[in-house]
Amino acid sequence: MSEQDVLNPKHMPHNPEKATLEGKNKFMGFWFFLGGEAVLFASLFGTYLALKDATNGGKSSEELFGLELVFIMTMLLLTSSLTSVYAMYHMKNNDFKKMQLWLGITVVLGLGFLGFEIYEFYHYIHEYEFTMRSSAFGSAFYTLVGFHGGHVVFGLLWIVTLMVRNAKRGLNLYNAPKFYIASLYWHFIDVVWVFIFTVVYLMGVL
Amino acid sequence: MSTLVATNKKGFGATLWDYLTTVDHKKIAIMYLVAGGFFFILGGLEALAIRWQLVQPMNDFVSAGFYHELITMHGTTMIFLAAMPLIFAFMNAVVPLQIGARDVAFPFLNSLGFWLFLFGGILLNVGWFTGGAADAGWTAYAPLSTISAGEGVDYYVLGLQISGAGTLIGGINFLVTIVNMRAPGMTYMRMPLFTWTAFVTSALILFAFPALTVGLFLMMFDRLFGSGFFDAAMGGNSVIWQHLFWIFGHPEVYILVLPAFGIFSEIIATFSKKRLFGYTAMVFATVLIGFLGFMVWAHHMFTVGMGPAANSIFAVATMAIAVPTGIKIFNWLFTLWGGRISITTPMLWTLGFIPSFTLGGMTGVMLAAATADYQYHDTYFVVGHFHYVIVGGVVFALFAGVHYWWPKMFGTMLDEKLGKATFWIFFVGFHLTFFVQHFLGLMGMPRRYWVYMENQNLDLGNLISTVGAFLMGIASIILLYNIVKTSIQNKKVGGDPWDGRTLEWAIPSPPPFYNFKQLPLVRGLDPLWIEKMDGRKGMTAAEPLSDIHMPNNSFLPFVISLGLFIAGFGFIYQKNDLSWLIVLFIGMAITLGAMFIRSVKDDLGYHIHKEDLKKEAEE
Repeated sequence: MSEQDVLNPKHMPHNPEKATLEGKNKFMGFWFFLGGEAVLFASLFGTYLALKDATNGGKSSEELFGLELVFIMTMLLLTSSLTSVYAMYHMKNNDFKKMQLWLGITVVLGLGFLGFEIYEFYHYIHEYEFTMRSSAFGSAFYTLVGFHGGHVVFGLLWIVTLMVRNAKRGLNLYNAPKFYIASLYWHFIDVVWVFIFTVVYLMGVL
Repeated sequence: MSTLVATNKKGFGATLWDYLTTVDHKKIAIMYLVAGGFFFILGGLEALAIRWQLVQPMNDFVSAGFYHELITMHGTTMIFLAAMPLIFAFMNAVVPLQIGARDVAFPFLNSLGFWLFLFGGILLNVGWFTGGAADAGWTAYAPLSTISAGEGVDYYVLGLQISGAGTLIGGINFLVTIVNMRAPGMTYMRMPLFTWTAFVTSALILFAFPALTVGLFLMMFDRLFGSGFFDAAMGGNSVIWQHLFWIFGHPEVYILVLPAFGIFSEIIATFSKKRLFGYTAMVFATVLIGFLGFMVWAHHMFTVGMGPAANSIFAVATMAIAVPTGIKIFNWLFTLWGGRISITTPMLWTLGFIPSFTLGGMTGVMLAAATADYQYHDTYFVVGHFHYVIVGGVVFALFAGVHYWWPKMFGTMLDEKLGKATFWIFFVGFHLTFFVQHFLGLMGMPRRYWVYMENQNLDLGNLISTVGAFLMGIASIILLYNIVKTSIQNKKVGGDPWDGRTLEWAIPSPPPFYNFKQLPLVRGLDPLWIEKMDGRKGMTAAEPLSDIHMPNNSFLPFVISLGLFIAGFGFIYQKNDLSWLIVLFIGMAITLGAMFIRSVKDDLGYHIHKEDLKKEAEE
């Protein structure tokens, strides 16, 4: 397959993300990477569970967490996962404009989530003096939730970069795998959040 | 195309640039070999300094503080910066050839993995020059490591974090390469055992290294940003570090030793002129060891106080690993049985490995008995045990691999006489050094102590151990001399000097940069041997001669790694002076900027046209 066939394919196959060997490699390599990421978050969850009651005289999780805010955040992120599925649906139908639109909505929802998370952290730090340095519980909380937040930031920058870079030229067999694995990453972030919502917030309050 | 012709004569600058930007797995293999060899010498010198300090009672060759830096850096260097990259050197040099691929799945990431490892390794060692290297042991147990003064442990944390990222990338790369890039007919159960072990090792890397990543992050936050994970005063728990470290650390042992098993399996089949006995069982045993490797980490923590239930479970799981390992030992012996054996240097290392490693395995089962471990724990018995498996297993395999694949990597043959001298001196030195350590340990000598007292029955054993260590040093010098001599003589050998069985021997030495002009058709296990037995000279092609797609060189992996290296200093010194944050931001900007360029700039590679391939064949 020549460079021209990759950048300007005569017709787009139904699974453009896996049409080239490079695409197949990316697809599989990224799944493996997510396997490693799962271990990374599992280690952070384990640490958090071991330290969640080590409040060092500060506020406990029951006193800190409010489920209303976290529920909104969860809805935002879950919805953004759905919209990224729509984006991939349109990618497979070779409808670049609709893909960009749904990716754009995904980014907006992600930004909303991030805004609430920053507000949440700000709130804890200023209202309750609950910080990374106040207790082992604080260290574990900010590290686990912060790692997830860092993933959200990276994912947003990644998706926006792809959208801007390819805005003018549309879909081809070179960038389709890139869009696809970015959406995989986004789903992974969402799955991790479901666990954070359960383990950190629900189990912290109930 | 000019690239085909102009690769022969180049100036120093052009060659340097070529290696800085290369994405060719064979050149990356050479860089891993050189860098890993350098760190092996460094770690070896540290070992000799340790042994010299212990040559006599109450010695004052080094201070206690410096001794702790020596033992810490010896262990860390040997595991992360010598053994791992040397394993990666062979994986890079051999795996794509053995599966009949033209390159790895991600050539760019392959290069990135190397440069991350190298810059991480250098950062780790910068500590020597800035007021003391890491001194909390290679396991860096908290709270010793979190309260260790100075920046030594910070360099340990940042250096390992960067080089660990490189290793993780390398692991993913080989997983995808082996799944997606096998030549036509190369089914899983036809893959050479070295490829199989590389595959399982890569899976172990993928699932083990993230635990270390997290452990190092927690320690970094504790040391540099005031968090309290391991600080009991803030409600922290230092045992978390031990769990995270060993969840990584125990699989790491198998990450190292499985490819070693693979190397020996190749060598033993080649020089017995027999198909590997029990190939299927060998594959099964490899996978089983990989799986069980994740179930046993807490046997490093029997004395922590996890309770009898946990200790029993981990003891039984540990002993279970002896079963697949035993399967392997017997299969190697049965491969020898009735074979037409030729005693070459690689074969000597293999034959030396079997009894040496078995000894290490036996003491492993002894240590696995949790109740008895209370007696062995933190004594020289443990030091003796793990050097028997790591040196007797991994280092023997690396020496064997160097001699076995040197012709493939460089096109010349290491001197056999010198090679055998290397083996015998090293073999004797190795057993002298570590055999007595078991007894020193049983007599109560604790590990990591910088002096011992006279007339406690420890004097003679330590003297013998030191003599042995210097013999290993001499053997290593002979190998270096052998390499220099071979390189100067530069006597070329053909593509198949050992009468090999696997695909890497079906192409010229060193291989052309595209490896296979036409992808080979694999008809069974030991594909080249099958063709030889059918009276053919080489492999049958699986495709007509056509254009070959090749990846572009890139300088970005170097820049990405350099940025993290610079940022490392910022992370460390901002704890004393916040203006160092500027360095942190500059470093991260370099890294993220280079990643951004990589993301937005198309990199489609290029094609070698078949006309050029034909022309080259005629020349």
